[in-house]
Amino acid sequence: MSEKSAAIRAEALESLLVEKGLLDAARIDDVLTLYNERVGPMNGAMLVAKAWRDVEFKQQLLADGTAAIAQFAFEGGQVDKLVVVENTAEVHNVVVCTLCSCYPWAVLGLPPKWYKDPAYRSRVVREPRAVLTDFGTHLPAEQEVRVWDSSAEVRYMVLPVQPKGWETLSEDELVNKITRDSMIGVEVLAEVAE
Amino acid sequence: MDGIHDLGGKQGFGNVELDASSIEKRHIHGFNERWHAAVFTIMNSLFAHGAAANTDHFRHSVERIDPINYLSDGYYGRWLGGAETMLVEAGLLTQDEVNNRVLSKGHKVAEPIAARPAEQSPTFAPRSAAYHPTAQREPLANPIFAIGDNVVAHSLGGTGHTRLPSYVRGISGQIIAAHGAWVFPDANAHGHGEAPKHLYTVRYQGADLWGPNAEEGVVLNIDLFEPYLELAQ
Repeated sequence: MSEKSAAIRAEALESLLVEKGLLDAARIDDVLTLYNERVGPMNGAMLVAKAWRDVEFKQQLLADGTAAIAQFAFEGGQVDKLVVVENTAEVHNVVVCTLCSCYPWAVLGLPPKWYKDPAYRSRVVREPRAVLTDFGTHLPAEQEVRVWDSSAEVRYMVLPVQPKGWETLSEDELVNKITRDSMIGVEVLAEVAE
Repeated sequence: MDGIHDLGGKQGFGNVELDASSIEKRHIHGFNERWHAAVFTIMNSLFAHGAAANTDHFRHSVERIDPINYLSDGYYGRWLGGAETMLVEAGLLTQDEVNNRVLSKGHKVAEPIAARPAEQSPTFAPRSAAYHPTAQREPLANPIFAIGDNVVAHSLGGTGHTRLPSYVRGISGQIIAAHGAWVFPDANAHGHGEAPKHLYTVRYQGADLWGPNAEEGVVLNIDLFEPYLELAQ
């Protein structure tokens, strides 16, 4: 079955379930609104920006991510326990779920397609440095790479390194520059020439 | 089960195919297609009317998809196969109803249901009245292992759901974090109760997992349940 066949099959199932009163089609619009508008990587980016500007919050986020984000009451689910791992000059972290596609929806939104595809899930545990080059990310040989395979209900998010030159930006300005991929750990943030 | 979903370390899938949000580094998020959201909503509805007993039960239905379809259907196609299986197994729809509706939507052939039946149909106790915001539970026993212990994971050998990927089995790793007790997916997916077990993060060295040709300076951290583990010799 191709994705196109899956789309037709989904339409068939949806219509059957609606007729039988097992599905309220209006809920599909609610789900679209929730994940297209309110749940997304801007939530994680806000946490990163705040951590870069507030040392106390950063320490709390790294020590107990679940407690640190409780005050924001993010929607979207899939974060029973949040562990935030910090990138440094010595260590680079990258997150995967090899068995399905577990992902911290509440802070990063729905995962990109590649995160759920076999190529990323199979390769990043085995050759993370090579996989990161697919994203244009080349890590120095002396930097340790730590891969996190989210195999239970703990969810992982990366705290990226703040690029030089961003220190004067406000948290709001930072939120637009901090990418989803840097919080999965496949990208190293850098100042892009305008 | 040692199914196609257990992808960690498998070779031959080629380069990662980036999407626009990664190439253009834009904050694109949410659903790309309406039908993806429809499948997402159908999945949620499975929990509401009892066809899916819990997340572990649902994950196992996705793992039971035909392995060829698992690789070709895409993420929401896989969910769809799992949802369809659970609806039929719960008796809420028949396979004929689904196939006939697919034909009426313009398909030339009604391909068989994407997922295969469980080896035995689980029976689930009614949901407990207690509300649990997460899958963490009070431990039933003290943890057997401590941070710093060297451990080896072994398959429990069943045909059912497990969260122990094959690529770490039989390899020695070190416990670097203890997370308390959590609902045990291997039991919960099959109606055997939540059976909370201690959960640990285990760290493996890349060369121990992949041999002398492994990339240098790589470690792998993974969360494993206590019943998978024993102390390394």
